[in-house]
Amino acid sequence: MGTLPFVFPFAELEVGQHLYWQLGNLRLHGQVFMTSWIVIGALLALVVVGTRKMERDPKGVQNLLEFLWDYIRDLARTQIGEKAYRDWMPFIGTLFLFIFVSNWGGALVPWRLIKLPSGELGAPTADINTTVALALLVSLSYFYAGLSRKGLRYFEYYVHPTPIMLPFKIVEDFTKPLSLSFRLFGNILADELVVAVLVFLVPLVLPVPVMFLGLFTSAIQALIFATLAAYYIGEAVEEHH
Amino acid sequence: MISLLLLGATEGGLFDFDATLPLMAVQVVLLTFILNALFFRPVGRVVEEREDYVTTTRAEAKQKLAQVEKLEAELRDQLKEARQTAQKLINDAEQDSDKLYREALALATSEANASREKARREIDSQRETALTQLKIDSQKLGDLIVQRLLAAK
Repeated sequence: MGTLPFVFPFAELEVGQHLYWQLGNLRLHGQVFMTSWIVIGALLALVVVGTRKMERDPKGVQNLLEFLWDYIRDLARTQIGEKAYRDWMPFIGTLFLFIFVSNWGGALVPWRLIKLPSGELGAPTADINTTVALALLVSLSYFYAGLSRKGLRYFEYYVHPTPIMLPFKIVEDFTKPLSLSFRLFGNILADELVVAVLVFLVPLVLPVPVMFLGLFTSAIQALIFATLAAYYIGEAVEEHH
Repeated sequence: MISLLLLGATEGGLFDFDATLPLMAVQVVLLTFILNALFFRPVGRVVEEREDYVTTTRAEAKQKLAQVEKLEAELRDQLKEARQTAQKLINDAEQDSDKLYREALALATSEANASREKARREIDSQRETALTQLKIDSQKLGDLIVQRLLAAK
């Protein structure tokens, strides 16, 4: 296949190649875990540095952390509502921060310089396993939120305005994680691919605006994922009258 | 070939699900708890403490301002009263001094009048005495002249 001229660039991009780790009889995508640990490490470092010496008059990193906290609180409060948002704010915030730092890390850090035996480093959110994991966590969360707050009355939601809604609401439970995971996965992977293809074809200048667009998309996707997760949880804990 | 890569029919591919999925989920759940302990809770506490502080300080300041305004109004009233009292005192004093002046003036005038009257009466009586004396003298002189003339003849 290397003889075909048009295949060569795509082989260079190594789409769908993974660095496999074997853990017992489990197979893992090593490159995803490596970057996710870097992302988690960066987040924890920021948080530890920023909360080490907190004061009433915020200084330095504490300002940034308080801004983030306020932003996440507003997001959770508007979507989930005044009563339940406190319980879910850490989850929503973690989703937002993890996805945001993953996306921007994937777009800003020149991972390509680090050679792996197979596959390449990139945003953890460009791997379908990560996004499906996040989306399933959201599904579990909103079920748990609804059931823990309302008990079995949660299932009234399925027949809420009329019982005709029942099939649609059941289908929604499947489409919600599906759309969440594929939206994030598709956007981030597509962004990485577009940048990679453009860099390969025109190495100078042209990829830069696309990279900026990628940063924008990355931020928006993190916001969308967190907002939708909060909205689903809010929908589950909402009281119908 | 590309389609094979994308669909992951062989090794790898874009939709290659394996143990990465559950482990990533566990990782994110752990991260949620860690961030809750290290970030959301402490920062939330600081922010809410500050909000409380600002609210209570504001309320206190408002209370103090109200107190100050009340005191100011009271002081203004007191000042007004004091000014009125002072004005009244001044008026009284002016009236008193005026009265005293008039009294003194009246007394002095009447005294002057009395002494003038007395002086005039004295003058009058002296003039009267002088006139009668003169009459008597002139009578005497006249008699004397008549006697001398009669004697010379």
